[in-house]
Amino acid sequence: MEENIAESRSIRTDASEVIVRWFGYIVISIFALSCLLPFLLILGTSLTTESAIKKFGFNFWPKEFTTFAYKIVFENPDMMVGSYIVTIGITVVGTALGLFLVAMTGYALQRPDFGYRNSISFFIYFTTLFSGGLVPFYLLVTQYLSLKDSYMAVLLPGLLSPFLIIMMKSFVRSIPHAITESAKIDGAGDFTIFIRLILPMTTPALATIGLFIALGYWNEWYNSMLFLSPNMEYRPLQLFLYNVITSADFIRNSAAASNVELRDVPLESMKMATAVVATGPVILFYPFVQRYFIKGITVGAVKG
Amino acid sequence: MEKVIQPAIQSKTRRESSGRLRRFWNNKTLLLMCLPAIAFFIIFAYLPMPGVYLAFIQYNYADGIFKSPFVAFDNFRFLVMNGDLWRLTFNTVAYNLAFIVLGNLLQIFVAILLNELRRKWFKKVAQTLMFLPHFISAVLIGLIAYNILSYDYGLLNHVLASIGMDPVKVYSNTHVWPFIIVITYLWQTTGYGSIVYFAAIMGLDSEIIEASEIDGANAFQRIIHIVIPWLKPTFIILLLFSLGGIMKGNFGLFYNLVGANNTALYASTDIIETYVFRSLMTNFNFSIGSAVSLYQSVFGFVIVITANWLVKKASPENSLF
Repeated sequence: MEENIAESRSIRTDASEVIVRWFGYIVISIFALSCLLPFLLILGTSLTTESAIKKFGFNFWPKEFTTFAYKIVFENPDMMVGSYIVTIGITVVGTALGLFLVAMTGYALQRPDFGYRNSISFFIYFTTLFSGGLVPFYLLVTQYLSLKDSYMAVLLPGLLSPFLIIMMKSFVRSIPHAITESAKIDGAGDFTIFIRLILPMTTPALATIGLFIALGYWNEWYNSMLFLSPNMEYRPLQLFLYNVITSADFIRNSAAASNVELRDVPLESMKMATAVVATGPVILFYPFVQRYFIKGITVGAVKG
Repeated sequence: MEKVIQPAIQSKTRRESSGRLRRFWNNKTLLLMCLPAIAFFIIFAYLPMPGVYLAFIQYNYADGIFKSPFVAFDNFRFLVMNGDLWRLTFNTVAYNLAFIVLGNLLQIFVAILLNELRRKWFKKVAQTLMFLPHFISAVLIGLIAYNILSYDYGLLNHVLASIGMDPVKVYSNTHVWPFIIVITYLWQTTGYGSIVYFAAIMGLDSEIIEASEIDGANAFQRIIHIVIPWLKPTFIILLLFSLGGIMKGNFGLFYNLVGANNTALYASTDIIETYVFRSLMTNFNFSIGSAVSLYQSVFGFVIVITANWLVKKASPENSLF
């Protein structure tokens, strides 16, 4: 017995183990740092004076420190606050409604005694195989649903996705059907069973799916760009950020409201400051919820 | 004879229809629960489908869909003749192949290395950092690229200058963009994608590892002869699944990296999604955009069916239908 332990110890300190482990620490460290540094670059530049940027370029560490860009952003916070409210509103309403619909559909389609489950599942899945394309979709939303310049054009298309319904189905599969059956014998209706029994039992799944939906809405920018025109007063956060990044006039206009001389507007650092204010909260929030995303990808990875 | 058969048939059809009705009635609540989702997919997915008709007409605003002249396959002929269709297909497929193959290999590499690490806190911190890029919007990805690549202020030219080299004009050089786009994609997806492989390694029986150690296998041998073969089925399944989406492009990534109007880079960066978007929003050529979309949809459909057939052969329990 003692010999065995001694032997296994000598194996554990084998040279190959040490090499692989050190190689792992080095490579993973480099990769993890490369994932962090770009964010520090944006943060650093947002705190640098415009003249230092013109001289030294973008940098991790501000050569000449200033909070001028943030001052302008916060002095006239109307648009930023408006964007935040729009995005939070769309995210909260969309996630609550979308989550309820995904869960309800996923549960019904997972019930073995539901006679139409296969046909409806295929009806939903088929939409990932074939689509009418962007142009008919655009015409539908703008001309037939008349949702141009309406936040509904951003909210509605993000409610459901076949991917999330399939994910919900695989979560529900782990709940024994006997629970539904015994509740039915006790006289409970299908909808009551879903609300009173299934929903409380699937809270981890609901957290995962809810976070997927919420992240989608928070980062949503494509439908906003398609359907919301530039002269809208308050636009979703990512579209606002996109406008700030791509249009110098947009920055100048918002800076003019804070009585800053045109030539003094810190164009570059204001882009970065806006990005920090728009993205910072999510990045601070995400380490607390990342385990739900991990669960989502391991459940939905192969069948999705 | 007839009199006998007639009622029998009638009662059979009646029983059948009453069976169908009963099935409907028994399932009515579950059906109602699916109804919002069905309505959603009818509106947002099925209603636009007949719109592929746009691909066969010469759409103009004044005449609308129904009065614009029908031109059959002229739009497709135009796209083939001017080379657009070939260029878009090549770019979309080549980028996706690079994403899929390099992405999966890098994810496996990272998962294996993570598994070899012993310090728990280090693993936790490293994973958190590596997932970070997955959670940010495409708009921010574009801004990060601009921070690094901008000619005047970018970090890259800053570094080049400090080691005495000439600055490079990245935003007007077509040849470097495939590398930039692929690297950005890998940067954004590798950490998050490696979870699947990491979870697969976790499922490896520790007794097998112990047995190999007792037999004197070193770390390299363990990785090459046990871990990698163990990951092979996962790799093949994920590969085949992603091949199904090989005609679909990541619009946000390309659009935000390259910029909305950087025509100089189209040769190496234009994919189906960006082309269709432009034909809709800047050129207002709805019919050409629809033709490219329809081509993408039909071609993609064939590929998914083929990929699923291959999955079914490799492992029947993983096939989609």
